[in-house]
Amino acid sequence: MSGECDLIVIGAGPAGANAALVARQHGLRVVLIDEQPDAGGQVWRAPWPGLARDANAPEARDGDALRARLGASAVDCRFGRRVWSVTSGYRVDALGPDGNEAVCAPLLIAATGAHERVVPFPGWTLPGVIGLAAATVLLKSHLVLPGERVVVAGCGPLLAAVAAGIVKAGGEVVAIVDLAGPAEWLKAFPAMASRPRLLARGMGWALKLASKRVPVHFRYGIAAAEGEGQLERVRLVPVDEHGAPCAEPTLTLTSDALCIGHGLVPGAEITRLFRARHLYQPLRGGWVPELDGFGRTSVPGLLAIGDGAGLKGAAPAEIGGRIAGLAAAHDAGRLARDAFEQAAAPLLKQRENLAAFADASAGMMALRPAQVAAISPETIICRCEDVPRAEIDAAFAAGARDVNQLKHFTRCGMGPCQGRMCGDVAAQLLAAQVGSREAVGYWTGRPPLRPVGFEALIGSFSYDDIPIPKPAPL
Amino acid sequence: MMSRLAAAASRPAEISFEVDGRILSAPQGEPLATALAAAGLLQLRHSPRNGAPRGAFCFMGVCQECAIHVDGVLRQACMTPVADGMVVELRGVP
Repeated sequence: MSGECDLIVIGAGPAGANAALVARQHGLRVVLIDEQPDAGGQVWRAPWPGLARDANAPEARDGDALRARLGASAVDCRFGRRVWSVTSGYRVDALGPDGNEAVCAPLLIAATGAHERVVPFPGWTLPGVIGLAAATVLLKSHLVLPGERVVVAGCGPLLAAVAAGIVKAGGEVVAIVDLAGPAEWLKAFPAMASRPRLLARGMGWALKLASKRVPVHFRYGIAAAEGEGQLERVRLVPVDEHGAPCAEPTLTLTSDALCIGHGLVPGAEITRLFRARHLYQPLRGGWVPELDGFGRTSVPGLLAIGDGAGLKGAAPAEIGGRIAGLAAAHDAGRLARDAFEQAAAPLLKQRENLAAFADASAGMMALRPAQVAAISPETIICRCEDVPRAEIDAAFAAGARDVNQLKHFTRCGMGPCQGRMCGDVAAQLLAAQVGSREAVGYWTGRPPLRPVGFEALIGSFSYDDIPIPKPAPL
Repeated sequence: MMSRLAAAASRPAEISFEVDGRILSAPQGEPLATALAAAGLLQLRHSPRNGAPRGAFCFMGVCQECAIHVDGVLRQACMTPVADGMVVELRGVP
Protein backbone atom coordinates (compact mmCIF):
# COMPACT_ATOMS: atom_id res chain seq x y z
CA MET A 1 0.00 0.00 0.00
CA SER A 2 2.82 2.38 -0.72
CA GLY A 3 1.66 5.89 -1.26
CA GLU A 4 0.72 9.22 0.16
CA CYS A 5 -2.47 10.62 1.59
CA ASP A 6 -3.64 13.49 3.79
CA LEU A 7 -4.39 11.53 6.95
CA ILE A 8 -3.58 8.10 8.32
CA VAL A 9 -5.81 6.67 11.05
CA ILE A 10 -4.50 3.66 12.96
CA GLY A 11 -7.28 1.63 14.54
CA ALA A 12 -10.78 1.18 13.09
CA GLY A 13 -12.85 1.01 16.27
CA PRO A 14 -15.59 3.51 17.13
CA ALA A 15 -13.07 6.37 17.49
CA GLY A 16 -10.80 5.74 14.51
CA ALA A 17 -13.51 4.81 12.02
CA ASN A 18 -15.55 7.92 12.85
CA ALA A 19 -12.50 10.17 12.62
CA ALA A 20 -11.72 8.70 9.19
CA LEU A 21 -15.31 9.16 7.97
CA VAL A 22 -15.54 12.80 9.09
CA ALA A 23 -12.13 13.72 7.67
CA ARG A 24 -13.08 12.06 4.39
CA GLN A 25 -16.35 14.05 4.28
CA HIS A 26 -14.24 17.19 4.35
CA GLY A 27 -12.21 16.08 1.37
CA LEU A 28 -9.15 14.55 2.98
CA ARG A 29 -7.67 11.45 1.41
CA VAL A 30 -7.76 9.06 4.37
CA VAL A 31 -6.09 5.69 4.89
CA LEU A 32 -7.60 3.66 7.77
CA ILE A 33 -5.54 0.73 9.02
CA ASP A 34 -6.44 -2.05 11.47
CA GLU A 35 -4.92 -5.42 12.31
CA GLN A 36 -8.30 -7.12 12.54
CA PRO A 37 -9.98 -8.32 9.33
CA ASP A 38 -12.76 -5.71 9.62
CA ALA A 39 -13.69 -2.45 11.35
CA GLY A 40 -15.43 -2.24 14.71
CA GLY A 41 -12.56 -2.51 17.17
CA GLN A 42 -13.05 -4.90 20.05
CA VAL A 43 -16.34 -3.45 21.27
CA TRP A 44 -18.07 -3.75 17.88
CA ARG A 45 -15.93 -6.56 16.66
CA ALA A 46 -17.09 -8.21 13.46
CA PRO A 47 -17.81 -11.92 13.57
CA TRP A 48 -15.24 -13.80 11.55
CA PRO A 49 -16.24 -13.96 7.89
CA GLY A 50 -19.04 -16.42 7.17
CA LEU A 51 -20.25 -16.88 10.75
CA ALA A 52 -24.02 -16.73 11.22
CA ARG A 53 -24.90 -14.93 14.43
CA ASP A 54 -27.52 -12.86 16.19
CA ALA A 55 -27.54 -9.57 14.26
CA ASN A 56 -29.92 -7.96 16.75
CA ALA A 57 -27.47 -7.57 19.61
CA PRO A 58 -26.81 -3.82 20.08
CA GLU A 59 -23.06 -4.18 19.46
CA ALA A 60 -23.73 -6.15 16.28
CA ARG A 61 -26.13 -3.44 15.05
CA ASP A 62 -23.73 -0.59 15.85
CA GLY A 63 -20.80 -2.45 14.34
CA ASP A 64 -22.68 -3.42 11.18
CA ALA A 65 -23.86 0.18 10.73
CA LEU A 66 -20.31 1.48 11.07
CA ARG A 67 -18.96 -1.09 8.62
CA ALA A 68 -21.71 -0.17 6.14
CA ARG A 69 -20.86 3.54 6.41
CA LEU A 70 -17.20 2.81 5.83
CA GLY A 71 -18.05 0.56 2.90
CA ALA A 72 -20.11 3.33 1.30
CA SER A 73 -17.40 5.96 1.88
CA ALA A 74 -14.22 6.71 -0.02
CA VAL A 75 -12.08 6.00 3.05
CA ASP A 76 -9.22 3.77 1.95
CA CYS A 77 -9.67 0.86 4.38
CA ARG A 78 -6.70 -1.43 4.83
CA PHE A 79 -7.58 -4.14 7.32
CA GLY A 80 -5.68 -7.25 8.30
CA ARG A 81 -2.54 -5.08 8.51
CA ARG A 82 -0.38 -4.93 11.60
CA VAL A 83 1.33 -1.58 12.12
CA TRP A 84 4.83 -2.17 13.43
CA SER A 85 6.58 1.12 12.75
CA VAL A 86 5.59 4.79 12.72
CA THR A 87 8.28 7.33 11.96
CA SER A 88 8.13 11.08 11.72
CA GLY A 89 6.81 12.48 8.53
CA TYR A 90 4.50 10.49 9.18
CA ARG A 91 5.40 7.17 7.64
CA VAL A 92 3.48 4.11 8.76
CA ASP A 93 4.77 0.61 8.02
CA ALA A 94 2.36 -2.28 8.32
CA LEU A 95 2.62 -5.96 7.68
CA GLY A 96 -0.21 -7.24 5.53
CA PRO A 97 -1.05 -10.36 3.57
CA ASP A 98 1.40 -9.33 0.82
CA GLY A 99 4.26 -8.33 3.08
CA ASN A 100 5.31 -4.91 4.28
CA GLU A 101 3.45 -1.84 3.07
CA ALA A 102 4.21 1.82 3.76
CA VAL A 103 2.06 4.93 3.57
CA CYS A 104 2.87 8.57 4.35
CA ALA A 105 0.76 11.53 5.49
CA PRO A 106 1.36 14.83 7.29
CA LEU A 107 -1.35 13.97 9.85
CA LEU A 108 -1.70 10.85 11.98
CA ILE A 109 -4.49 9.81 14.32
CA ALA A 110 -3.72 7.02 16.80
CA ALA A 111 -6.93 5.21 17.76
CA THR A 112 -5.32 2.05 19.04
CA GLY A 113 -7.77 1.12 21.79
CA ALA A 114 -7.11 -0.51 25.12
CA HIS A 115 -6.11 -3.92 26.39
CA GLU A 116 -7.16 -5.74 29.49
CA ARG A 117 -5.58 -5.42 32.90
CA VAL A 118 -5.50 -8.57 35.01
CA VAL A 119 -4.01 -8.17 38.47
CA PRO A 120 -1.97 -11.36 38.94
CA PHE A 121 -2.75 -14.17 41.40
CA PRO A 122 -1.23 -17.65 41.74
CA GLY A 123 -2.22 -19.79 38.76
CA TRP A 124 -3.34 -16.97 36.47
CA THR A 125 -1.03 -18.34 33.78
CA LEU A 126 -2.83 -21.73 33.66
CA PRO A 127 -4.55 -22.62 30.39
CA GLY A 128 -8.29 -22.09 30.93
CA VAL A 129 -7.79 -18.73 32.62
CA ILE A 130 -8.66 -16.00 30.10
CA GLY A 131 -9.45 -12.29 30.12
CA LEU A 132 -12.99 -10.95 30.47
CA ALA A 133 -12.53 -9.12 27.18
CA ALA A 134 -11.28 -12.39 25.69
CA ALA A 135 -14.54 -14.00 26.78
CA THR A 136 -16.50 -11.30 24.95
CA VAL A 137 -14.49 -12.04 21.80
CA LEU A 138 -15.28 -15.75 22.09
CA LEU A 139 -18.96 -15.11 22.76
CA LYS A 140 -19.69 -12.26 20.37
CA SER A 141 -17.33 -12.86 17.52
CA HIS A 142 -16.78 -16.63 17.55
CA LEU A 143 -19.89 -18.03 19.29
CA VAL A 144 -17.84 -20.31 21.47
CA LEU A 145 -18.21 -20.69 25.23
CA PRO A 146 -15.09 -20.22 27.39
CA GLY A 147 -15.75 -23.56 29.12
CA GLU A 148 -18.32 -25.90 30.59
CA ARG A 149 -18.30 -24.53 34.13
CA VAL A 150 -17.26 -20.90 34.01
CA VAL A 151 -16.27 -18.56 36.84
CA VAL A 152 -16.55 -14.88 35.88
CA ALA A 153 -14.42 -12.65 38.11
CA GLY A 154 -12.89 -9.21 38.49
CA CYS A 155 -14.64 -5.87 38.48
CA GLY A 156 -16.75 -3.49 36.41
CA PRO A 157 -19.69 -3.78 34.04
CA LEU A 158 -18.02 -6.45 31.89
CA LEU A 159 -18.66 -9.01 34.65
CA ALA A 160 -22.42 -9.00 34.14
CA ALA A 161 -22.09 -8.65 30.36
CA VAL A 162 -19.88 -11.74 30.09
CA ALA A 163 -21.88 -13.82 32.57
CA ALA A 164 -25.17 -12.97 30.86
CA GLY A 165 -23.60 -13.73 27.46
CA ILE A 166 -22.57 -17.17 28.65
CA VAL A 167 -26.00 -17.93 30.09
CA LYS A 168 -27.69 -16.69 26.90
CA ALA A 169 -25.48 -18.96 24.80
CA GLY A 170 -26.54 -21.93 26.89
CA GLY A 171 -23.47 -22.17 29.10
CA GLU A 172 -23.14 -22.55 32.85
CA VAL A 173 -21.78 -19.76 35.04
CA VAL A 174 -20.69 -21.33 38.33
CA ALA A 175 -20.27 -17.96 40.01
CA ILE A 176 -19.71 -14.26 39.50
CA VAL A 177 -16.91 -13.02 41.76
CA ASP A 178 -16.97 -9.24 42.12
CA LEU A 179 -14.28 -7.20 43.90
CA ALA A 180 -16.88 -4.49 44.42
CA GLY A 181 -19.80 -4.77 46.80
CA PRO A 182 -23.40 -3.63 46.42
CA ALA A 183 -22.42 -0.31 48.03
CA GLU A 184 -20.02 0.55 45.17
CA TRP A 185 -22.64 -0.36 42.58
CA LEU A 186 -25.24 1.79 44.36
CA LYS A 187 -22.79 4.67 44.42
CA ALA A 188 -22.28 4.36 40.67
CA PHE A 189 -26.00 3.95 40.01
CA PRO A 190 -27.08 7.62 39.72
CA ALA A 191 -24.34 8.37 37.19
CA MET A 192 -25.15 5.22 35.25
CA ALA A 193 -28.80 6.25 35.17
CA SER A 194 -27.71 9.22 33.03
CA ARG A 195 -27.73 6.75 30.13
CA PRO A 196 -31.03 4.90 30.63
CA ARG A 197 -30.62 2.62 27.62
CA LEU A 198 -27.30 1.26 28.88
CA LEU A 199 -28.57 1.03 32.44
CA ALA A 200 -31.56 -0.95 31.18
CA ARG A 201 -29.19 -3.34 29.43
CA GLY A 202 -27.26 -3.80 32.64
CA MET A 203 -30.46 -4.47 34.54
CA GLY A 204 -31.43 -6.95 31.83
CA TRP A 205 -28.18 -8.82 32.40
CA ALA A 206 -28.77 -8.84 36.15
CA LEU A 207 -32.32 -10.17 35.73
CA LYS A 208 -31.19 -12.88 33.34
CA LEU A 209 -28.52 -13.97 35.81
CA ALA A 210 -30.94 -13.83 38.73
CA SER A 211 -33.48 -15.94 36.85
CA LYS A 212 -30.80 -18.59 36.31
CA ARG A 213 -29.82 -18.33 40.00
CA VAL A 214 -26.20 -17.58 39.18
CA PRO A 215 -24.47 -17.01 42.55
CA VAL A 216 -22.83 -13.59 42.91
CA HIS A 217 -20.01 -13.24 45.44
CA PHE A 218 -19.67 -9.53 46.21
CA ARG A 219 -16.42 -8.35 47.81
CA TYR A 220 -14.55 -11.49 46.77
CA GLY A 221 -11.41 -11.97 44.77
CA ILE A 222 -9.52 -14.94 43.34
CA ALA A 223 -6.99 -16.43 45.78
CA ALA A 224 -5.67 -18.97 43.27
CA ALA A 225 -6.39 -20.88 40.09
CA GLU A 226 -5.31 -24.52 40.34
CA GLY A 227 -5.04 -27.60 38.16
CA GLU A 228 -2.67 -30.04 36.50
CA GLY A 229 -1.74 -28.55 33.13
CA GLN A 230 -5.00 -26.62 32.93
CA LEU A 231 -7.60 -25.04 35.17
CA GLU A 232 -9.58 -27.38 37.43
CA ARG A 233 -10.38 -25.33 40.53
CA VAL A 234 -10.78 -21.70 41.55
CA ARG A 235 -10.32 -20.58 45.15
CA LEU A 236 -12.12 -17.47 46.34
CA VAL A 237 -11.10 -15.07 49.07
CA PRO A 238 -13.01 -12.22 50.74
CA VAL A 239 -11.55 -8.76 50.04
CA ASP A 240 -11.83 -5.42 51.79
CA GLU A 241 -13.19 -2.24 50.20
CA HIS A 242 -9.79 -1.62 48.58
CA GLY A 243 -9.66 -5.02 46.87
CA ALA A 244 -7.06 -6.60 49.19
CA PRO A 245 -7.72 -10.06 50.67
CA CYS A 246 -8.94 -9.69 54.26
CA ALA A 247 -9.44 -13.31 55.37
CA GLU A 248 -8.39 -16.86 54.53
CA PRO A 249 -9.72 -18.33 51.27
CA THR A 250 -13.16 -19.68 52.02
CA LEU A 251 -14.55 -21.33 48.96
CA THR A 252 -13.27 -23.64 46.24
CA LEU A 253 -15.20 -24.02 42.99
CA THR A 254 -14.71 -26.72 40.37
CA SER A 255 -14.28 -24.93 37.06
CA ASP A 256 -12.66 -25.38 33.67
CA ALA A 257 -12.71 -21.71 32.68
CA LEU A 258 -12.02 -18.55 34.64
CA CYS A 259 -12.76 -15.28 32.83
CA ILE A 260 -11.13 -12.46 34.74
CA GLY A 261 -10.42 -8.78 34.23
CA HIS A 262 -9.66 -5.76 36.39
CA GLY A 263 -10.29 -2.96 33.94
CA LEU A 264 -8.48 -1.77 30.86
CA VAL A 265 -5.18 -0.08 30.09
CA PRO A 266 -4.87 2.44 27.23
CA GLY A 267 -2.67 1.20 24.38
CA ALA A 268 -0.83 4.52 24.03
CA GLU A 269 2.27 3.08 22.33
CA ILE A 270 2.31 5.46 19.36
CA THR A 271 2.15 8.65 21.42
CA ARG A 272 4.90 7.23 23.65
CA LEU A 273 6.98 6.43 20.59
CA PHE A 274 6.80 10.10 19.59
CA ARG A 275 7.63 11.28 23.11
CA ALA A 276 4.36 13.19 23.38
CA ARG A 277 3.63 14.53 26.86
CA HIS A 278 1.71 12.04 29.00
CA LEU A 279 -0.17 12.28 32.28
CA TYR A 280 -0.90 9.59 34.85
CA GLN A 281 -4.69 9.47 35.25
CA PRO A 282 -5.90 6.40 37.16
CA LEU A 283 -9.54 7.00 36.19
CA ARG A 284 -8.56 6.97 32.49
CA GLY A 285 -6.67 3.69 32.93
CA GLY A 286 -3.13 4.95 33.58
CA TRP A 287 -0.69 6.92 31.44
CA VAL A 288 -2.50 8.84 28.71
CA PRO A 289 -1.33 11.46 26.22
CA GLU A 290 -1.98 15.09 27.18
CA LEU A 291 -4.57 16.39 24.70
CA ASP A 292 -6.25 19.63 23.76
CA GLY A 293 -10.04 19.33 23.63
CA PHE A 294 -9.92 18.07 20.03
CA GLY A 295 -7.53 15.14 20.31
CA ARG A 296 -4.28 16.93 19.42
CA THR A 297 -1.23 15.72 21.35
CA SER A 298 1.83 17.81 22.22
CA VAL A 299 3.46 16.57 18.98
CA PRO A 300 2.48 18.54 15.85
CA GLY A 301 0.30 16.54 13.46
CA LEU A 302 -0.23 13.66 15.90
CA LEU A 303 -3.71 13.15 17.36
CA ALA A 304 -4.89 10.45 19.76
CA ILE A 305 -8.49 9.40 20.39
CA GLY A 306 -10.65 6.65 21.85
CA ASP A 307 -9.84 4.37 24.76
CA GLY A 308 -6.16 4.33 23.73
CA ALA A 309 -6.02 8.01 24.70
CA GLY A 310 -7.89 7.49 28.01
CA LEU A 311 -10.74 5.16 28.91
CA LYS A 312 -14.22 6.53 28.39
CA GLY A 313 -16.04 3.81 26.50
CA ALA A 314 -17.50 3.40 23.03
CA ALA A 315 -19.98 6.29 22.80
CA PRO A 316 -17.54 9.03 23.91
CA ALA A 317 -14.96 7.41 21.61
CA GLU A 318 -17.28 7.80 18.61
CA ILE A 319 -17.82 11.47 19.38
CA GLY A 320 -14.14 12.06 20.12
CA GLY A 321 -13.40 10.47 16.76
CA ARG A 322 -15.70 12.87 14.94
CA ILE A 323 -14.14 15.84 16.77
CA ALA A 324 -10.64 14.70 15.81
CA GLY A 325 -11.78 14.18 12.22
CA LEU A 326 -12.88 17.83 12.16
CA ALA A 327 -9.60 18.92 13.76
CA ALA A 328 -7.64 17.00 11.12
CA ALA A 329 -9.72 18.64 8.37
CA HIS A 330 -9.04 22.03 9.91
CA ASP A 331 -5.32 21.37 10.33
CA ALA A 332 -5.12 20.16 6.73
CA GLY A 333 -6.59 23.46 5.59
CA ARG A 334 -9.88 21.95 4.43
CA LEU A 335 -12.09 23.51 7.08
CA ALA A 336 -12.06 27.20 8.09
CA ARG A 337 -11.61 27.98 11.76
CA ASP A 338 -15.16 29.22 12.41
CA ALA A 339 -16.73 26.34 10.49
CA PHE A 340 -14.58 23.94 12.52
CA GLU A 341 -15.58 25.49 15.82
CA GLN A 342 -19.22 25.56 14.82
CA ALA A 343 -19.20 21.88 13.84
CA ALA A 344 -17.25 20.81 16.92
CA ALA A 345 -19.35 22.68 19.52
CA PRO A 346 -22.39 20.33 19.58
CA LEU A 347 -20.10 17.30 19.64
CA LEU A 348 -18.15 18.66 22.61
CA LYS A 349 -21.47 19.21 24.39
CA GLN A 350 -22.64 15.66 23.58
CA ARG A 351 -19.42 14.21 24.92
CA GLU A 352 -19.76 16.30 28.09
CA ASN A 353 -23.21 14.77 28.65
CA LEU A 354 -21.69 11.29 28.58
CA ALA A 355 -18.93 12.10 31.08
CA ALA A 356 -20.78 11.11 34.26
CA PHE A 357 -21.53 7.63 32.96
CA ALA A 358 -18.02 7.21 31.58
CA ASP A 359 -16.48 8.25 34.90
CA ALA A 360 -18.71 5.96 36.97
CA SER A 361 -17.96 3.02 34.71
CA ALA A 362 -14.22 3.75 34.53
CA GLY A 363 -14.12 4.25 38.30
CA MET A 364 -15.26 0.67 38.88
CA MET A 365 -12.51 -0.57 36.57
CA ALA A 366 -9.67 1.61 37.88
CA LEU A 367 -6.59 -0.04 39.35
CA ARG A 368 -6.88 -0.85 43.06
CA PRO A 369 -3.39 -0.22 44.49
CA ALA A 370 -4.14 -2.29 47.62
CA GLN A 371 -4.98 -5.30 45.46
CA VAL A 372 -1.59 -4.99 43.76
CA ALA A 373 0.22 -4.51 47.08
CA ALA A 374 -1.26 -7.80 48.34
CA ILE A 375 0.21 -9.93 45.50
CA SER A 376 2.35 -12.75 46.98
CA PRO A 377 6.13 -12.85 46.28
CA GLU A 378 6.02 -16.03 44.16
CA THR A 379 3.17 -14.87 41.91
CA ILE A 380 4.21 -14.38 38.28
CA ILE A 381 3.84 -10.73 37.21
CA CYS A 382 5.41 -10.87 33.72
CA ARG A 383 3.91 -13.85 31.90
CA CYS A 384 6.31 -13.74 28.93
CA GLU A 385 9.49 -13.90 31.00
CA ASP A 386 8.08 -15.65 34.11
CA VAL A 387 9.15 -12.83 36.43
CA PRO A 388 7.65 -13.20 39.93
CA ARG A 389 6.91 -10.32 42.25
CA ALA A 390 9.89 -11.23 44.45
CA GLU A 391 12.26 -10.37 41.57
CA ILE A 392 10.65 -6.95 41.15
CA ASP A 393 11.09 -6.24 44.86
CA ALA A 394 14.69 -7.47 44.61
CA ALA A 395 15.31 -5.12 41.67
CA PHE A 396 14.10 -2.19 43.78
CA ALA A 397 16.45 -3.28 46.57
CA ALA A 398 19.26 -3.40 44.01
CA GLY A 399 18.55 0.18 42.92
CA ALA A 400 15.91 0.08 40.14
CA ARG A 401 13.93 3.31 40.44
CA ASP A 402 11.94 3.54 37.20
CA VAL A 403 10.19 0.97 35.07
CA ASN A 404 12.83 0.97 32.34
CA GLN A 405 15.53 0.18 34.90
CA LEU A 406 13.22 -2.51 36.27
CA LYS A 407 12.97 -3.98 32.79
CA HIS A 408 16.76 -4.08 32.42
CA PHE A 409 17.24 -5.60 35.88
CA THR A 410 14.60 -8.34 35.60
CA ARG A 411 13.46 -8.76 31.93
CA CYS A 412 9.97 -7.87 33.21
CA GLY A 413 8.17 -6.40 30.17
CA MET A 414 10.87 -7.50 27.74
CA GLY A 415 8.99 -10.46 26.24
CA PRO A 416 6.85 -10.71 23.11
CA CYS A 417 3.78 -8.95 24.59
CA GLN A 418 6.14 -5.97 25.00
CA GLY A 419 5.01 -5.26 28.54
CA ARG A 420 1.34 -4.84 27.66
CA MET A 421 0.11 -7.52 30.06
CA CYS A 422 2.37 -6.73 33.04
CA GLY A 423 3.26 -3.05 32.58
CA ASP A 424 0.61 -1.39 34.70
CA VAL A 425 0.98 -3.80 37.63
CA ALA A 426 4.79 -3.88 37.51
CA ALA A 427 4.87 -0.07 37.55
CA GLN A 428 2.44 -0.02 40.47
CA LEU A 429 4.59 -2.48 42.46
CA LEU A 430 7.67 -0.34 41.93
CA ALA A 431 5.78 2.92 42.52
CA ALA A 432 4.60 1.67 45.92
CA GLN A 433 8.27 1.53 46.96
CA VAL A 434 9.63 4.54 45.05
CA GLY A 435 6.76 6.85 45.98
CA SER A 436 4.62 7.61 42.93
CA ARG A 437 3.61 6.42 39.48
CA GLU A 438 4.96 9.67 38.05
CA ALA A 439 8.39 8.86 39.52
CA VAL A 440 8.62 5.39 37.99
CA GLY A 441 7.20 6.45 34.60
CA TYR A 442 6.29 4.09 31.78
CA TRP A 443 8.02 1.79 29.30
CA THR A 444 9.79 3.87 26.65
CA GLY A 445 7.98 3.50 23.32
CA ARG A 446 10.11 1.64 20.79
CA PRO A 447 9.63 0.00 17.41
CA PRO A 448 8.50 -2.54 16.49
CA LEU A 449 5.10 -1.61 17.91
CA ARG A 450 4.05 -5.24 17.56
CA PRO A 451 6.12 -8.38 17.12
CA VAL A 452 6.65 -9.11 13.43
CA GLY A 453 8.51 -11.95 11.76
CA PHE A 454 11.84 -10.96 10.30
CA GLU A 455 11.28 -13.04 7.15
CA ALA A 456 8.09 -11.12 6.51
CA LEU A 457 9.90 -7.80 6.74
CA ILE A 458 12.83 -8.61 4.49
CA GLY A 459 10.74 -10.56 1.96
CA SER A 460 12.48 -12.79 -0.54
CA PHE A 461 15.65 -11.57 -2.22
CA SER A 462 18.76 -12.82 -3.87
CA TYR A 463 22.11 -12.03 -2.28
CA ASP A 464 23.38 -11.19 -5.77
CA ASP A 465 20.92 -8.29 -5.92
CA ILE A 466 22.33 -6.60 -2.82
CA PRO A 467 24.58 -3.75 -3.96
CA ILE A 468 27.96 -3.96 -2.26
CA PRO A 469 30.01 -0.75 -2.39
CA LYS A 470 33.62 -1.01 -3.43
CA PRO A 471 35.97 -1.24 -0.48
CA ALA A 472 37.66 2.01 0.43
CA PRO A 473 41.22 2.25 -0.96
CA LEU A 474 43.86 1.43 1.66
CA MET B 1 -15.14 -32.58 24.14
CA MET B 2 -17.26 -30.22 22.03
CA SER B 3 -19.27 -28.70 24.84
CA ARG B 4 -17.65 -25.28 24.52
CA LEU B 5 -19.92 -24.56 21.60
CA ALA B 6 -22.64 -22.05 22.18
CA ALA B 7 -26.09 -23.58 21.87
CA ALA B 8 -27.28 -20.91 19.45
CA ALA B 9 -24.37 -21.20 17.04
CA SER B 10 -24.33 -22.98 13.74
CA ARG B 11 -20.80 -24.22 13.43
CA PRO B 12 -20.34 -26.39 10.39
CA ALA B 13 -17.13 -28.42 10.50
CA GLU B 14 -16.07 -27.63 6.98
CA ILE B 15 -12.34 -28.15 6.87
CA SER B 16 -9.85 -30.39 8.57
CA PHE B 17 -6.43 -29.54 9.92
CA GLU B 18 -3.73 -31.40 11.79
CA VAL B 19 -2.63 -30.72 15.37
CA ASP B 20 0.38 -32.74 16.55
CA GLY B 21 -0.71 -35.63 14.33
CA ARG B 22 -4.37 -35.48 15.32
CA ILE B 23 -6.98 -34.45 12.73
CA LEU B 24 -9.50 -31.81 13.84
CA SER B 25 -12.27 -30.08 11.95
CA ALA B 26 -13.57 -26.52 12.16
CA PRO B 27 -15.47 -24.01 10.08
CA GLN B 28 -13.40 -22.34 7.37
CA GLY B 29 -12.04 -19.02 8.63
CA GLU B 30 -12.50 -19.57 12.37
CA PRO B 31 -9.52 -18.24 14.35
CA LEU B 32 -7.21 -21.16 15.15
CA ALA B 33 -7.15 -20.37 18.89
CA THR B 34 -10.93 -20.63 18.97
CA ALA B 35 -10.98 -23.85 16.97
CA LEU B 36 -8.46 -25.36 19.40
CA ALA B 37 -10.44 -24.20 22.45
CA ALA B 38 -13.65 -25.60 20.93
CA ALA B 39 -11.87 -28.94 20.57
CA GLY B 40 -10.85 -28.80 24.23
CA LEU B 41 -7.19 -28.14 23.48
CA LEU B 42 -6.32 -25.42 25.96
CA GLN B 43 -2.65 -26.11 26.60
CA LEU B 44 -0.82 -24.69 23.58
CA ARG B 45 2.80 -24.28 24.64
CA HIS B 46 5.17 -23.97 27.58
CA SER B 47 6.74 -20.74 28.83
CA PRO B 48 10.42 -20.51 27.89
CA ARG B 49 11.82 -19.76 31.37
CA ASN B 50 9.79 -21.96 33.74
CA GLY B 51 8.42 -24.48 31.25
CA ALA B 52 4.95 -23.82 32.63
CA PRO B 53 1.87 -24.76 30.55
CA ARG B 54 0.24 -21.86 28.74
CA GLY B 55 -2.84 -21.30 26.61
CA ALA B 56 -4.63 -18.51 24.77
CA PHE B 57 -5.31 -15.64 27.17
CA CYS B 58 -6.46 -12.42 25.47
CA PHE B 59 -7.87 -13.79 22.15
CA MET B 60 -7.23 -10.38 20.53
CA GLY B 61 -3.64 -10.43 19.40
CA VAL B 62 -2.03 -8.72 22.41
CA CYS B 63 -0.67 -11.25 24.92
CA GLN B 64 1.28 -13.57 22.57
CA GLU B 65 0.45 -16.59 24.74
CA CYS B 66 -1.04 -18.47 21.77
CA ALA B 67 2.02 -18.07 19.52
CA ILE B 68 2.55 -21.60 18.17
CA HIS B 69 3.91 -23.19 15.01
CA VAL B 70 1.56 -23.20 12.03
CA ASP B 71 2.96 -24.80 8.89
CA GLY B 72 6.38 -24.46 10.45
CA VAL B 73 6.11 -20.73 11.21
CA LEU B 74 5.45 -19.10 14.60
CA ARG B 75 1.98 -17.52 14.41
CA GLN B 76 -0.51 -16.12 16.90
CA ALA B 77 -3.30 -18.69 16.87
CA CYS B 78 -5.93 -16.04 17.72
CA MET B 79 -4.98 -14.03 14.62
CA THR B 80 -4.68 -17.00 12.24
CA PRO B 81 -7.79 -18.33 10.47
CA VAL B 82 -7.90 -22.12 10.17
CA ALA B 83 -7.48 -23.44 6.66
CA ASP B 84 -7.85 -26.87 5.10
CA GLY B 85 -4.71 -28.97 5.45
CA MET B 86 -3.04 -26.63 7.96
CA VAL B 87 -0.40 -28.36 10.08
CA VAL B 88 -0.23 -27.10 13.67
CA GLU B 89 2.41 -27.95 16.25
CA LEU B 90 1.63 -27.10 19.87
CA ARG B 91 5.00 -25.58 20.64
CA GLY B 92 6.15 -21.99 20.93
CA VAL B 93 9.63 -20.51 20.97
CA PRO B 94 12.18 -22.86 22.58
